[in-house]
Amino acid sequence: MFDLLGVPPQVLFGQLLLGLINGSFYALLSLGLAVIFGMLNVINFAHGALYMIGAFVAWLLLTKLGLGYWWALGLSPLIVGLLGVVLEKTMLSRLYKLDHLYGLLLTFGLALIMEGAFRHFYGVSGQPYPIPDALKGGQNLGFMFLPNYRGWVVVASLIVCFGTWFAIERTRLGAYLRAATENPVLVQAFGINVPVMITATYGFGVALAGLAGVLAAPIYQVSPLMGTNLIIVVFAVVVIGGMGSILGAIVTGLGLGLLEGLTKVFYPEASNIVVFVVMAIVLLIKPAGLFGRER
Amino acid sequence: MLKTLLCGTALLALTAGAAHAQVSNNVIKIGVMNDRSGIYADLAGEGSAIAARLAAEEFGGKVAGAPIEIVVADHQNKADIAANTAREWIDAGNVDVIADVPNSAAALAVQGITKDKKRIFLMSGPGSTDLSGKSCSPYGFQWTYDNYAMAAGTARALVEQGKKNWYFITADYAFGHSLEDETSKMVKQLDGKVAGNVRHPLGNADFSSYLLQAQASKADVIGLANAGGDATNAVKQASEFGITQSGQSLAGLLLFISDVNALGLQAAQGLLLTTGFYWDTDEQTREWTKKFEAKAGRKPTMVQAGVYSAVRHYLKAVEAVGSDDPDKVAAKMRETKVEDMFTKNGKIAANGRMFHDMYLAQVKTPAESKAPWDYYKIVKTIPAEQAFLDPAKSGCPLVK
Repeated sequence: MFDLLGVPPQVLFGQLLLGLINGSFYALLSLGLAVIFGMLNVINFAHGALYMIGAFVAWLLLTKLGLGYWWALGLSPLIVGLLGVVLEKTMLSRLYKLDHLYGLLLTFGLALIMEGAFRHFYGVSGQPYPIPDALKGGQNLGFMFLPNYRGWVVVASLIVCFGTWFAIERTRLGAYLRAATENPVLVQAFGINVPVMITATYGFGVALAGLAGVLAAPIYQVSPLMGTNLIIVVFAVVVIGGMGSILGAIVTGLGLGLLEGLTKVFYPEASNIVVFVVMAIVLLIKPAGLFGRER
Repeated sequence: MLKTLLCGTALLALTAGAAHAQVSNNVIKIGVMNDRSGIYADLAGEGSAIAARLAAEEFGGKVAGAPIEIVVADHQNKADIAANTAREWIDAGNVDVIADVPNSAAALAVQGITKDKKRIFLMSGPGSTDLSGKSCSPYGFQWTYDNYAMAAGTARALVEQGKKNWYFITADYAFGHSLEDETSKMVKQLDGKVAGNVRHPLGNADFSSYLLQAQASKADVIGLANAGGDATNAVKQASEFGITQSGQSLAGLLLFISDVNALGLQAAQGLLLTTGFYWDTDEQTREWTKKFEAKAGRKPTMVQAGVYSAVRHYLKAVEAVGSDDPDKVAAKMRETKVEDMFTKNGKIAANGRMFHDMYLAQVKTPAESKAPWDYYKIVKTIPAEQAFLDPAKSGCPLVK
């Protein structure tokens, strides 16, 4: 067997696969952020908190109403999406005429309030959420043991990512959306209700965060802090991919997951900063991000 | 005759006045500092403040004629915030004693300040043995546990079962390094060996990568040298990756009852752990727990129970000395035995380490658990001399 820098290939393949799994979380979350920024020009700092709420809704559905994972997979994004619609209608929509900074500050404040509220009621240790029966167990791939559930996460998030990209870049509705961001007045003149479209986009973007939360619930502890650490990395992903670029978010999310996986093998201490090192380099060389357009 | 009487009265008046002035600023101010919002907030947090208040209540809120006041602060697991808070408390807030301070990095910072400024420091949360070793202080008392005790309890039990080859997943900061270090020393001392280690950042969510590396090492035991949310995520994901089913044992080197509660028995069952306190030990612990639970809404962790015991012992010393003079109180604390619901016959050694019995516990299976929080089977009681490091070997300059 050949070793690569002292690491046996089985270990390396295993780590790459794990990187892909983490990358698919990054992709799903940064996709929602990219959709929201692309269409609304809002830097949605509440994304991590909404991801956390997605996981908590799944947990509450299970413990209070006895509705299992598959119900949560549909209901939780719906509930989080509706919450997003309310936030957009009552608060965010007032800030569109102002600088980006105001949207960022508002959503950051909202995130702190939401996390603080959940921390107050549920503590920080987190709540256990079991893996659904149908996805228990795992496959022995020879080089590693792959839990079925992790495999499912990759498949599910790739499908959702591709579906979103297709809907925005290849359908008529997506074309309206893109046109509305370029020139909302003109699109409105064609008889299309732009404010409703923007509200729906925000709702959809945060529903993606809710979905990621449900997918994460059986892997991590369902805890009020689960979004805080993740959101910073996800922002870095969006910046590297290019703000607002859908494809950029997906490709960078997966790519950085892989890179992080490799770092965990060769120099684990740096695993939490490697993403930011890449971000700094990309910003220096290509300030609009890998897939972004200069405006 | 009249002269003697006058003299006597004057003397009496003097001593009475002095006794009153013995408590600085006429208040005993206890500062409970810990993580109130991050990953250690459930194992310490407000619960530790509640425990300190319970101790103060036993004295009727007053000691040596002065009222007891309890203040709290969140150090957010940052050593610089801990240091600034400690300085502010002592210089501007008239705080007499600082309690708890989980997170060894933060505790080491506070230890330096309390040593310089001569204030009593009651450590319940931090685990680094340096706090009663090379960084010991005449005013610092390490109460509840330390990394050596954790290693001695859990590692010894596993190595004695024949599980001699260890791999560590370690939190990358002072506490994690110290816990790993103490455990490897213990393992090697008992003729075991260490196959390797991997270090992860504090507050890590995904452990799969580290677990896979641990699995590939083919070690008998994977030692988790981390705590709080890091430890629970690692245990949960270990069961997902079939680590324990494949024959490797998982050892949580520092697991609190709040972690077991968060994991649920399904994921935590069978884990061996060392603890300084379990609420369901005897009538006294159950009675105290009832009082604690009425205020906190959950059972106490060993850190919270330790804060109670340490604060109570401090207040008893203040009462006996009739003053809050740090040198006198520290001396009194050292010469008095610790007797409360937390421990019987506890003794404070020259290095500030409080010697008390520890327990080796195993987490019950869901079938064995009869009630909420009925989580531990006490496998054995580890006598204090075996549980803690001999002060002479601690490297503390105070031990002669």
